[in-house]
Amino acid sequence: MDASAFAPWEDPQAQPLIRFKNVTKSFGTFTAIDDLSLDIFEKEFFALLGPSGCGKTTMMRMLAGFETPTSGVIELAGQDIAPVPPNQRAVNMMFQSYALFPHLSIWDNIAFGLKRDKMPKLDLQERVEAMLKLTRLEQFARRKPHQISGGQRQRVALARSLAKAPKLLLLDEPLGALDKKLRQDTQFELMDIQETTGTTFVIVTHDQEEAMTVASRVAVMDHGRIIQADTPDRIYESPNSVYVADFIGDVNIIQGQANPGEGDGYRLFWTEGQPPLIANSTKSFSAGQTCHLAIRPEKVTISAERPEDAANAVRGKVLDIAYLGNLSTYHVELPNGLVIKAQTANTRRISRRSFTWEDPVWLSWTATAGVLLAN
Amino acid sequence: MRRFFLIAVPYAWLLVLFLIPFVIVLKISLSDTELAIPPYTPTLDLSQGWAGIREFFAGLDLENFVWLTEDDLYWKAYLSSLWIATCSTILTLLIGFPIAYGMARSPEQWRATLMMLVILPFWTSFLIRVYAWMGILSQEGFLNQFLLWIGIIDSPLTILNTNTAVYIGIVYTYLPFMILPIYAALDRLDGSLIEAAEDLGCSRLMAFWLVTLPLSRPGIIAGCFLVFIPALGEFVIPSLLGGSGTLMIGKVLWEEFFSNRDWPVASAVAVVLLLILVIPIVLFQRNQQKQQEADQ
Repeated sequence: MDASAFAPWEDPQAQPLIRFKNVTKSFGTFTAIDDLSLDIFEKEFFALLGPSGCGKTTMMRMLAGFETPTSGVIELAGQDIAPVPPNQRAVNMMFQSYALFPHLSIWDNIAFGLKRDKMPKLDLQERVEAMLKLTRLEQFARRKPHQISGGQRQRVALARSLAKAPKLLLLDEPLGALDKKLRQDTQFELMDIQETTGTTFVIVTHDQEEAMTVASRVAVMDHGRIIQADTPDRIYESPNSVYVADFIGDVNIIQGQANPGEGDGYRLFWTEGQPPLIANSTKSFSAGQTCHLAIRPEKVTISAERPEDAANAVRGKVLDIAYLGNLSTYHVELPNGLVIKAQTANTRRISRRSFTWEDPVWLSWTATAGVLLAN
Repeated sequence: MRRFFLIAVPYAWLLVLFLIPFVIVLKISLSDTELAIPPYTPTLDLSQGWAGIREFFAGLDLENFVWLTEDDLYWKAYLSSLWIATCSTILTLLIGFPIAYGMARSPEQWRATLMMLVILPFWTSFLIRVYAWMGILSQEGFLNQFLLWIGIIDSPLTILNTNTAVYIGIVYTYLPFMILPIYAALDRLDGSLIEAAEDLGCSRLMAFWLVTLPLSRPGIIAGCFLVFIPALGEFVIPSLLGGSGTLMIGKVLWEEFFSNRDWPVASAVAVVLLLILVIPIVLFQRNQQKQQEADQ
C-alpha cells in the first residue's frame, strides 16, 4: 500500500472509525489523559508511541472498555461507546502478556471468542482453521500454551484476537517479549496480516523503530497529550517540537536566535564569534526569537577540508567514534563546547577511515537539512 | 554419601514414626483380647527361641476383622463418617471459596492482614476452641441468648450435641485448610486473563465460570482433601459437640479402646480406617503431581 493511495486523514470528507473528543481520564489526582482529541480511520495501522506513563495504555484500555473516560466522548463508527461493556464491543485486544488461557489448547483459545457468539459448529471450525493457517500454527493446535515458544504464543494471541473479525484490533506492546530478530520478522508479519484482513489496528509501543516500521500514522504522546500525530516520514523529517524530534531517532539540537533572511530562510545566531547558520523554515519566527535547529546526524557531512558550496559549515574536533558496522557516528566537539553527531555510511574499510580521534574536521549541511523549532 | 543421608532422614522418620507403630497396631488387630497387661494375646517371647516365634504367629488370626463385618455398628459408623466428612467438605468449600476469592481480590496492602486473620485461630489450642463452641452453642449459650434477644426465636434451639454442632465444629476447624490452597491458586491467577475473557465476549459471570474456576481447580482439590482426610477420622469434635446419635468412626475407635479396653478390635477399626483413607490420599498425591508437571 502506497502512502499517496491511502491517506484518509488528508480527506476532510472521510468519516473516522474512532473519534476521541476532548477525552480526559483521571485516576484520583493523576491525569492520565488530558483533553485529548484524535481521529483514527478505517484500515489504518495506528501507533501510539511514548515513554511509559504517558497515557498510551490508558487510551487503549478505554477503547477496549476496561476504563471509562472521566469526561469527553469516544466514538466508534459514530457511536458513543461509553455505555457499551467490553464483552459487547466490536473491539478485540491482544494483551501484552498475551493472556492465553493456560487450561485450554491453542485451538480452544482461538475458538474461545467464537463460542461465546454461539457460532455454528462447522463455521467455527472453519474460522479457527483459517486463523491457524493465517498465523502458521496448524501443527500446534492441540498443544497447551506452556508447550509452545514465546513467538508462537504471540501468534496465538494474535489469532485469538482476530478470530472474531473485530472492527478494531488493539495491540498492547505485542512484540515486547520477543527478541530483536524475531520482533523484526513479526513486524512484517503483522503488517501482512493487517493488509490481508483489512482490520484497523491500534498498536501501543515504546519502541520507536517498531512504530515507524509498522504504522501508517504515529502519534507521539507525552503526559496524556498527543504532541504530534502524523505519518512516520513526517514525524521523522518534520517534527513539530524538540520533544518529538528528540524522541524519534537521534538528533542534534542547536539553540539560538532567529533572524529572518530572504524568502523563507532564517539566520540562526547560535554562538559568539561564529557566522550564523542558514536554515529554511515554513513556519515563521520573529526577529530575535529563541528557537532550536534540529538536524539528524545522517544529514550532517563530515570532511577534512571546508566544503566550497555548503550553506553551513562549522569547525570541530573528533571526540568519539561509534562504529556500528554499516555506519559510523562521529561525535564532534565545536569550539563553544557543543557536541554534534554526524553519521556516515562506511563505504570504505575501517582501516582506510579518513578521520580518527582528535582530528580537526569540518561539519556541513544544507539550508533544508534541519528543521527550525520554536520549542 | 551425602545424598544417601539426605534420603535416609525422611525414610528413618517414616520408619520410626509411621511404619513401626503401624506394624504394632496391625499385630494387635490380629490378636485376641485378654484381661491382662497388655490386654491382648499372644505376646512375642523371644526367650523360647524358634518355638516361641512359631507359637506367636500361630496365635494371630483375622477374627477381629470378621467381627467388624458382623456387627453393623462398624460399617454404619464408617458410612456415617464418610457422609459427615463429605458434607462438611462441601460446606467448607462453599464458605471457603468466597473468602479466598475476596482475599485474592482485595487491595495488596490488606492481603497480609487478611491472611494473618485466617491463620490466627491456630494460635489457640484446638481443644479450647472446641470448648468455646460448646459455650456458644449450648441451650444457654451466646448464640441462643443473642437469637432470643433479637426476637427471632421464642425458645432456645438445641444445637449442641446434634450433628449440626458437629458440622459447625468441623467447618470452623478446617476452614483455613480450605482457604489457603484456594487463595494461593487465585492469587497466582493473572488478572489479564479475566479481561481477555471479557474482551472475547464473556460476561463477568461467564468469565468466572470459564476461567477463574477451572484455573483454581488444583487449589479447590487440595483444599477438599486437606479437609476431608482429617474430618473422616475426626474424634474430638463429634465427642465434644456431637450427641449420642452422632456416629463417627473416630468416636467408635475411642470407645473400643478406652471404654471396652478391647485393643484388638480398636486396632482393627484403625487399620480399616487407614485403608479407607489411603484412597483419597493417593488421589491427592496424584493431583499434586499432575499440578507440578503442569507448572514445569
